[in-house]
Amino acid sequence: MEKPIPLFSPITPAAVSRRRADSFANRAFFMITLIPVALIFIITIALFLRFLPILREHSLWELVSGVTWKPNKGEFGFLPFIAGTFWVTALGVALAVPPCILTALYLSEYARATTRTLMKPLLDLLAAIPSVVYGVWGMLAIVPLVGDVLRPILNRYLGFIPLFASNQPTGFSILAGAIVLAVMIAPFIIAITYEVLATIPQGLRQASLGIGATQWQTIRYVVLPQVLPAIIAGIVLGASRALGETLAVLMVVGNIPQMPNSIFDAGYPLPALIANNYGEMMSIPLYDAALLGAAFILLVIILFFNILSTIVLQRVLK
Amino acid sequence: MNTHIQVNNLNAWYGKQPALKEINIEIPKNQITVIMGPSGCGKTTLLKTFNRFLELNDGAKITGEVLVNGQDIYQPDVDVTEVRKRIGLLAQRPYPLPMSIYDNVAYGMNIHRMKKDRLGYKASVKHYLELAGLWDEVQKRLHEPATGLSIGQQQRLCLARGLAVEPEVILGDEPTSALDPISSQHIEKKLLELKSQYTTVIVTHTLRQAKRLADHVIFMYMGEVVEAGPARNVFTNPQQERTRQYLEGLF
Ligand SMILES: Nc1ncnc2c1ncn2[C@@H]1O[C@H](COP(=O)(O)OP(=O)(O)O)[C@@H](O)[C@H]1O
Ligand SMILES: [Mg+2]
Repeated sequence: MEKPIPLFSPITPAAVSRRRADSFANRAFFMITLIPVALIFIITIALFLRFLPILREHSLWELVSGVTWKPNKGEFGFLPFIAGTFWVTALGVALAVPPCILTALYLSEYARATTRTLMKPLLDLLAAIPSVVYGVWGMLAIVPLVGDVLRPILNRYLGFIPLFASNQPTGFSILAGAIVLAVMIAPFIIAITYEVLATIPQGLRQASLGIGATQWQTIRYVVLPQVLPAIIAGIVLGASRALGETLAVLMVVGNIPQMPNSIFDAGYPLPALIANNYGEMMSIPLYDAALLGAAFILLVIILFFNILSTIVLQRVLK
Repeated sequence: MNTHIQVNNLNAWYGKQPALKEINIEIPKNQITVIMGPSGCGKTTLLKTFNRFLELNDGAKITGEVLVNGQDIYQPDVDVTEVRKRIGLLAQRPYPLPMSIYDNVAYGMNIHRMKKDRLGYKASVKHYLELAGLWDEVQKRLHEPATGLSIGQQQRLCLARGLAVEPEVILGDEPTSALDPISSQHIEKKLLELKSQYTTVIVTHTLRQAKRLADHVIFMYMGEVVEAGPARNVFTNPQQERTRQYLEGLF
């Protein structure tokens, strides 16, 4: 006798409740992953609300373009801090990028496998050193180096260029902050550049080597053009880390609210302003709003760079 | 026989693992030599010793000689980029360079500064695209990215790119294995047309392709050359038991 063809059984109450639990779990996990995103939103909005009181008295433009910071007199110019942030970050990134790219190229294109497996974890270790240790190192080693060696030499031979002129006797300066920052972001830039280079298939390099191109020609004409957008995105990501770095920079940068003209001038980046002052002298009217406004501006700048570079990197690395 | 490449006592290792053992063969000039053998027997490794690609592998070691026109390409005073220019390789999968179709063909000529002016490059790009049988299909889109071509067209582009640096030897490592039958036929036809001007060495995975192409056959097994000789001898009257079994499809 022929076996009857089995039908799909009708849905049971147990299956229905299982399905319900499943979709509940699904939704719950989705909500949990939303928390970090929500946090960023909430923090941004909260900061903005605390920023509002000062915006009622001064326009945003007045604040971000003002160069005088005298909270006692009700003058809250953010520009020295914004400028300090960009000076330290730009110089730090500029110092970090060339050696980092060369390091990543060396590790990815030239080094033997044994060198690579030895060097990579060491470089990653650099990223694990706490900020405060970098800060102490900066005070003990970099500030004297800048103050006693780089400042006299550069001032003497290149002093006619305003960028290298010096009118203060110590090494607590934009340059010291930038050097410390450069060392701190180096592992990130190296790691991202290395990851991006690793996405290039070996066959592509061999296509170039196979017609007699040298290794450098292959890097120059085949590898680099392919990865340049991603490397730039990696650098911007490193820069957005640098923008927010507080402690180590604060310890060596001098913290004078002025518009810097030279890399040997002291600077006062936004994170240092907030960390140094929040919680003190809060009786001054609008001081709280001004500091949280500084935090808001910093956050917006960092979010902008971060999102931009993440989008580019995801396009390339997927 | 007019020998182009002569291999003497060649041994190769990946780390401590031997991949080629005491290879002694001769590759005739302006003919197609086909290297056959089961997967993992060392065909790719042998081919890579001819253009010094094996040394791109960390830990690969080579002893013995590879003489091209009587000169050992492993001597320290030999320029490896010149070896690779003169001994071109068509890879298993096409890898167009991240540039236009035109620039792909001009790339090698540029690197070696082979032409005096733009017109020289232009004429040569056309010539080699024609030689690879691709000109008619791409002449209207020379400045579009090469990645937009079909995979079969890409492989012919790679052939044109290799030919453009004026090699004397064409190596092919299963150059049709990634292609559809029509594209494979295209490449095979080109190789047959070109063999009067170039010494050609092809690794192949199919016996039928070997029979269509080969003037000369090298049969390998477990890192050794079991049998080598003119195609009609090897195919019709193999001297070694292993070769006979392979030809009968026993492994
Ligand atoms: N990069 C490598 N590292 C270590 N062993 C390898 C490598 N490439 C190939 N081999 C080994 O060498 C032997 C020969 O490989 P190959 O020349 O690729 O064979 P075929 O091309 O005939 O399939 C195989 O046993 C393979 O496992
Ligand atoms: Mg192979």
